Amino acid sequence: MAEENKEMPQDLSRRKFLRNTGYTVGGLAVGGIIGSLIPWKKDQTTNNPPPPHAENFNQALMYFTPEQFKIVDAATERIFPKDDNGPGASDLGVAFFIDHQLAGDWGFNARDYMQPPFYRGEKVQGYQGRLKRRDIFDIGLREIDNHSMQTLKKSFTELSGDQQDQILKDFEGDKVNITTISPSGFFQMLRSATLEGVYSDPLYGGNRNMDGWKMRNYPGSQMAYADVIEKDFTKIKPQSLQSHMNHK
Amino acid sequence: MVRKLPKADVVVIGVGWAGGIIASELTKKGLNVVGLERGKERKTEDYFMVHDELRYALRYDLMQDLSKETITFRSKERIRALPMRQYGSFLIGDGLGGAGVHWNGQTFRFLPYDFEIRSKTIERYGKNKIPAGMTLHDWGITYDELEPYYDKFEKTCGISGEENPLGGKRSDKYPTPPMKKSPSIKMFEEATKNMKLHPYMMPSANLSQSYTNPDGIARAACQYCAYCERFGCEYGAKADPVVTVIPVAKKTGKFEIRTHSNVRRILHKGGKATGVLYTDTTTGEEIEQPADIVVLTSYVFNNIRLLLMSNIGKPYNPASGTGVIGKNYAYQVIKGNAIGYFNDKQFNTYAGAGALGMVIDDYNGDNFDHKDVNFIHGGMVSLSQTGLRPIQNNPVPQGTAAWGKEFKETSLKYANRYLSVGAQGSSMPFKHHYLDLDPTYKDAFGDPLIRITFDFEEQDKNLAVFLANKCAGILKEMGADHIDSLKELGPYDITTYQSTHNTGGVIMGADPGTSAVNNYLQMWDMDNLFVVGASAFSHNSGYNPTGTVGAFAYRAAEGILKYRDKGGQVV
Repeated sequence: MAEENKEMPQDLSRRKFLRNTGYTVGGLAVGGIIGSLIPWKKDQTTNNPPPPHAENFNQALMYFTPEQFKIVDAATERIFPKDDNGPGASDLGVAFFIDHQLAGDWGFNARDYMQPPFYRGEKVQGYQGRLKRRDIFDIGLREIDNHSMQTLKKSFTELSGDQQDQILKDFEGDKVNITTISPSGFFQMLRSATLEGVYSDPLYGGNRNMDGWKMRNYPGSQMAYADVIEKDFTKIKPQSLQSHMNHK
Repeated sequence: MVRKLPKADVVVIGVGWAGGIIASELTKKGLNVVGLERGKERKTEDYFMVHDELRYALRYDLMQDLSKETITFRSKERIRALPMRQYGSFLIGDGLGGAGVHWNGQTFRFLPYDFEIRSKTIERYGKNKIPAGMTLHDWGITYDELEPYYDKFEKTCGISGEENPLGGKRSDKYPTPPMKKSPSIKMFEEATKNMKLHPYMMPSANLSQSYTNPDGIARAACQYCAYCERFGCEYGAKADPVVTVIPVAKKTGKFEIRTHSNVRRILHKGGKATGVLYTDTTTGEEIEQPADIVVLTSYVFNNIRLLLMSNIGKPYNPASGTGVIGKNYAYQVIKGNAIGYFNDKQFNTYAGAGALGMVIDDYNGDNFDHKDVNFIHGGMVSLSQTGLRPIQNNPVPQGTAAWGKEFKETSLKYANRYLSVGAQGSSMPFKHHYLDLDPTYKDAFGDPLIRITFDFEEQDKNLAVFLANKCAGILKEMGADHIDSLKELGPYDITTYQSTHNTGGVIMGADPGTSAVNNYLQMWDMDNLFVVGASAFSHNSGYNPTGTVGAFAYRAAEGILKYRDKGGQVV
């Protein structure tokens, strides 16, 4: 019944990506847009060798500009950083996850009530704006960079980790002066989306290699726990929804 | 042009638990029933990919599409009500089976005290125990009168459980034995027994063993896969209308379900319902379905909304306290809980079932002396193991950073090392808590949205902290190393999930002046209209409501048959 997991392939190195995709322009080494399309900071020191078929076609942008992508990649990494427990948001593909989510129903608030009139409400009445999540991200990311430039004279992605934390804390604590969106509201959305990207099924582009689940010993999608429910803690090898596709 | 169809014996508006039960009982007796369901068809095979927390729990796959219809909310009358633009506090079901598909399956009976709450409160504590503005009612029925219907619903579902030592008298035991006990449930059991409390296994609609119900419906045992609440069951092990009552009705050949059929008005003439007007949402066509008997079985909000839009019954007026439709909206006080962190113990909390848990009722209803507390009623306290899915369950001890290195480390450390003990606090009705039509905001058809006016009162705040302290006490006895519990309830906030236990608005009672339906859920003002659901609750008890909704639906079905034989008011 239960199939052995097929783990998601590792990402390609930057060079291999360029070679395979043929992204060269007039023989020149690519920078600019193409270069920033591959922000993956693959740690060359990891000892597991990449499996043979390593292309992950899912890792391309549906919504963000490369610049926005880099900010999201850096910011989510601060929210859920790489440490001794395992990979952080960046290696888990969280920025791709958020990009893909913004490209669909969630980004368009397709299933939210978006009819006018719009009034400022009480906090307990919830979000009352007319902006969609993708608009909020556009503004929020731009303002993250503006705030970085204003306070630290560098764009967000050039800041040190501690400095990036300071910028994010200013958003979290509403210490940024923006009128179009709520800084803390945007930060909370970014934080929730980060956790979604870390822990949702890998089919959505985050939780790469199920590493989000592995770090907390979450078994993912199992058909049954009737055998372990009465037992003490039992570690189970995780599997994703893809494993169900092998069943008829 | 409205297309008019041939007349049916009965038309049912909304095919969830209430509509499904009504349809099964009436078709068995030979009546022709048309079920109008605004959402889509649903079946067990739909849940092949159901273990998807993002899609179902965070993106609300099974819930009503709020872009088409939502509710508006304000905490008090002087504030402008605004639409609930995104989900939060509660989740409104949609599609065949309704909210009965995405429930957890915790299937309780209310206490005998609940049905006579006003009389019993005055009897024990005197009139002054009821604060000003609390519109407490007896329900016009007793527990003993309702007991056979509870029994019937439990047998339909195959509820797995054991007798509640502090509950009402039972005519029979639960049809299947309790679910398996996980180590954390055993810890709760031992702790509460040490504290001289009265634990019992939570009555569960997730079957402990395979079961065939009196209608001949056979279902498999629960696999503890941990995806119940907000999800459909891929095994059919969780009782829901689609795998229990709806197939029974269909088998008679007398039940016609029309999905994508959104009822807009109940039609009536000379004090009698004549049918309904609905829109086929796939074509936009408006259709009239005439019927001898109309049964309103949608969720609480649409039960009230349809009555108000159809000008049936006297709308509630909060200034004078007169009128009934929309009166006594109540909810649940669910935040009175505690989390215990264990440094040296890990649990299989990734596993579970929606109604796997253990409960004490020592602080529920009037099971304890309220002389020295500043509230009436109480709530059940439980440890339930519904399955801790990873996106939504990342608690860290108070004072821990909410993100970054410290958060990651701490949330990973405790991912399998914490247990919650929670309470399901009751919710009492107040004169200024009600439902009416919003003057501004409209649904996709241009019809007004329903408006909620509701906030937590002193009663709720006192109850929540009382229950949270009890929860914390139990976790201490269970040996938790660090315990965080609610210190203050705060105002009602529609943005954080609490419970989908909205009640009231078409309340039952013995007096047509103060209630909308009699104890068969027949409208006082319209003999051939029955309004079934938690809308009939005059307050909400300290339990999940579905068991009582199911019991009322069986009683209403009996009432409808009585009406068909004799006409007039059946009480």
